[in-house]
Amino acid sequence: MELFQYPYMQRALIGALVIGLAAPALGIYLVQRRLALIGDGVGHVALTGVGAGLLLNRSPVLVAVIAATIGAIAIEVVRARGRTSGDLALALLFYGGIAGGVLLVGLSDATSANLNAYLFGSLTTISPDDLVTIGVLGAAILVTMIALRPALFAVSHDEEYARVSGLPVRTLNLLIAVATAVTVTIAMRAVGVLLISALMVVPVATAQQVTRGFRSTMVAAMALGFFAAGTGVWVAATADTAPGASVVLVAIASFLVVAVAGGVWRTLRRRATPTAAPTPEPHEVVLS
Amino acid sequence: MTSPVITVEHGVVGYDGRPVLRNISLTVTAGEVVAVLGANGSGKSTLIRAVLGLVPLSAGSVALFDRPLRRFRQWQRIGYVPQRLGAGGGVPATVREVVASGRLARRGVLRPPGRADRAAVDAALLAVGLADRAGDPVSTLSGGQQQRTLIARALAGQPELLVLDEPTAGVDAASQEAFAGALRDFVGNGGTVLLVAHELGPLRPVISRAVVVHEGGIVHDGAVPDPAGHHAEPDHDHVHPHCYDEPAGLWSN
Repeated sequence: MELFQYPYMQRALIGALVIGLAAPALGIYLVQRRLALIGDGVGHVALTGVGAGLLLNRSPVLVAVIAATIGAIAIEVVRARGRTSGDLALALLFYGGIAGGVLLVGLSDATSANLNAYLFGSLTTISPDDLVTIGVLGAAILVTMIALRPALFAVSHDEEYARVSGLPVRTLNLLIAVATAVTVTIAMRAVGVLLISALMVVPVATAQQVTRGFRSTMVAAMALGFFAAGTGVWVAATADTAPGASVVLVAIASFLVVAVAGGVWRTLRRRATPTAAPTPEPHEVVLS
Repeated sequence: MTSPVITVEHGVVGYDGRPVLRNISLTVTAGEVVAVLGANGSGKSTLIRAVLGLVPLSAGSVALFDRPLRRFRQWQRIGYVPQRLGAGGGVPATVREVVASGRLARRGVLRPPGRADRAAVDAALLAVGLADRAGDPVSTLSGGQQQRTLIARALAGQPELLVLDEPTAGVDAASQEAFAGALRDFVGNGGTVLLVAHELGPLRPVISRAVVVHEGGIVHDGAVPDPAGHHAEPDHDHVHPHCYDEPAGLWSN
């Protein structure tokens, strides 16, 4: 525990907790629209931004936000068109993003350790400035996702109905795309480009095993993300493991525990209250 | 009571160059209950989707409440009931949460729900007989109950016009009755209805006018035609799913 006396560990913990809360709050909408892996795609594009930032000696995170936003909007445009080639367009964007990132980082003076920090996260190198950025952007994501829940739920649940309700569907879709880009970029510091989707998706997947409604799923997923981030950083500090990977593994372990416990509970309940066999409909023809 | 609610003039819709609707003109006035009938692939669903602006017209015009579709903004006057509920990626949602979406047209994106919103959702759930299922996940409901959830969502917005796409396809008899009751109440309060149906069933007495679509054109506009063939038999109970794009289920595997 005494490790947390050091300011850099405190920053790591606070940064992880903010991301642990914000990522599932956005992720639930991505899961609902069957775009669970979009965070990965945007992360790949963000890596090109990191490379460009390192090469140009600009803040890599800032350039990554710009690159990720452009990438997320491009993906949203492809998705909205609904063309079958969208799948391939996404693949091009994903691989182009990561190849561009690796190439640009290689051209810059950065070492492979720099690249690793963005690929797998580097919680313990968060500076006070970084923490302010993470705090402000994380809070903005949280407030937007919670305040606009009814509208974002409607758009993600049934887009055509939302259009006939007169909702600004295109604006809301772009808002989710931009929020994805921002979340990916701040989460990049915590868990890295390759593990970003885990924090957005796994807590939601865990929560929906046991919840009945959208709101309760969102609250439970945020609590689980917060728990995984805190526990993961603590495990990393005590066992000296990679923080990003520890956070993700705690989240996945929670999923397994809840999935197994939920399954056992459902089985027990079914045995306790045997339901009547469904009564079949009468035959439609006369059987001789 | 005779102001036009829906006006379609010489509407043409094509998908990838293949015409689906050819030169359709249709006017629905306030208080009417119009059923759009036709075989699968006749273009009847496309017609109502074009009315709502979900499918673009390649020629002709649509006006809602005397206002061209392009400039129509009063969406709270319209309640839309799609053919079926989206699956929603596996994230659970309660019946009440889905029905509450129906208030957004009235409330807007930014205003949080108030007492009037909650009361309207309660009333809509009661109207379709799902008040006791409000807290249940929609995925645990039967097909008919899910359809009633969608109708409650449309009613929650307190619209003047209901537009329904095959509201009774594949719906059990109890839900069809509950639906017919809700529709009667809506019409009794001065509402206007445009619905697409393959079969009218218990809705038949509520319908004031029928439009038959065949191969993208209107071939009949007037009284409800008598059913033909085995559909005409008095005890023909038509509750099985019809549409070629029904989700895979009992009948397809």
